[in-house]
Amino acid sequence: MTARRKQSIIFLIIRILSLSVVAILFLILGFIVVHGFQVINWGFVSQMPKEGMMEGGILPAIVGTLCLIAGSMIFAFPIGVMSGIYMNEYLRDGWMKRFVRLMTDNLAGVPSIVFGLFGMALFVNKLHFGDSLIAGSLTLGLLALPVIIRTTEEALKSIDQSYREASFALGASKLYTIKNVILPVAFPNILTGLILSIGRVSGETAPILFTVAAYFLPKLPSSIFDQAMALPYHLYVLATSGTDITKARPMAYGTALILILIVLICNLIANGIRKWQRKKA
Amino acid sequence: MKIQTKDVNFYYGDFKALRKINFNIPEKAVTAFIGPSGCGKSTLLRLFNRMNDLVDGARLEGQILIDGQDIYAPNIIVEDLRKKVGMVFQKPNPFPKSIFENVAYGLRVQGMSNKTEIEHKVVDALKRAALWGEVEAVLDKSAWQLSGGQQQRLCIARSLAINPDVLLMDEPASALDPISTAKIEELILDLKDKYTIVIVTHNMQQAVRVSSKTAFFYLGELVEFNDTDIIFNSPERVETKNYVSGKFG
Repeated sequence: MTARRKQSIIFLIIRILSLSVVAILFLILGFIVVHGFQVINWGFVSQMPKEGMMEGGILPAIVGTLCLIAGSMIFAFPIGVMSGIYMNEYLRDGWMKRFVRLMTDNLAGVPSIVFGLFGMALFVNKLHFGDSLIAGSLTLGLLALPVIIRTTEEALKSIDQSYREASFALGASKLYTIKNVILPVAFPNILTGLILSIGRVSGETAPILFTVAAYFLPKLPSSIFDQAMALPYHLYVLATSGTDITKARPMAYGTALILILIVLICNLIANGIRKWQRKKA
Repeated sequence: MKIQTKDVNFYYGDFKALRKINFNIPEKAVTAFIGPSGCGKSTLLRLFNRMNDLVDGARLEGQILIDGQDIYAPNIIVEDLRKKVGMVFQKPNPFPKSIFENVAYGLRVQGMSNKTEIEHKVVDALKRAALWGEVEAVLDKSAWQLSGGQQQRLCIARSLAINPDVLLMDEPASALDPISTAKIEELILDLKDKYTIVIVTHNMQQAVRVSSKTAFFYLGELVEFNDTDIIFNSPERVETKNYVSGKFG
């Protein structure tokens, strides 16, 4: 076989394999859209569940998930970004930096159910928050922290040293440089961390299982100390433990579709901000 | 004498980059540093505004005085030093901001917030950097839209805006085409009566064209320091002679 022919065969295999990844994604999305679309209407997203969740809508689960996304990000985004800044801009290379990084990576590898158990022990029991949005948000926030820290660090690392030097050479302090040069440039990439963690947080079931999620609660949360329904857990409930599983199936697909749409919209918004920031620069 | 070095030794970790440097740089004149790559000329330049403070494992022995004041003394605030000693880098490095904001940056660092005052100083700096005519109409456009040569003059304007006494230039034209280089050199000659300029260059003709004093460095040592035409026409040391005549380097 000629080298040329061998090359084209290998390229063909690579192309087929990469296209099959796209195909799988479309298959999943298509499956959810086709099945979920039938049940989605205004009532589905604006009503309380009824009749043992076989009828009505999923409004409380949508609101619950949006609250959890917002709550976990309010907690994790500032802490994560500041940790990333500390790691990259202040901490000198050495054992301390290696240690913190190792721990961050380990934190990212902890199974989410363990976060759930920890959240229950600390926030629900020890701090007496009870099953509540705040306990769930904090637990999800912990889960999101490593991703945010890591992407912030990478975003800062990729910034050319010459910007820092130029700023220092004009008499700017480190803090002024970070605030006025480094962060504006890195912000679009830091947002990537936010997007990734929103995707992760909105889909997690295990961490909210013991900390916030209600099996059936046909009312909207009115304070951060309320329990709430959430989309992924609601989906789990519909798929496994309804009174009539076959009847609940379409509701489950609808819920899955809404969950995907929420993640998609969050991504689009974050991407929009990113593009806008880039243009400004 | 504007800048004096006294027995300066400088180390990067175990590597001794500068060996016993003793000389004086005159005020309001252009001094060129020449020498082959790795001879320590950029390292020395970056000691004058304490840019090497950022390097892990760097260590200085001896003293560097500017206006008679030891710039490494504990009472020196490094930010204040850098306001007095501006620097232009090898690669043009404007911030990803508008042309106006690039020049205004150093003013804002100093806490200036009066709009008319900032505007006045920005325009003045751009005029002094011979860039005003080219950017007058596009001040709010991104600095990245400028050509490399214009970007470098913008970086010079950015340094001039905060009125330094000393301007350090680290191979300011090495990334530029000949026409842009000529403009930078013209600018340096314009500025030399008002500022103490120290320029590191690889281009020996450039040193001849712009400087009145030249220091030749080799392997971390200051081999010879004298008037530029003496260095290039009748140097005392044979190493200098070999280098300026192109026998090595």
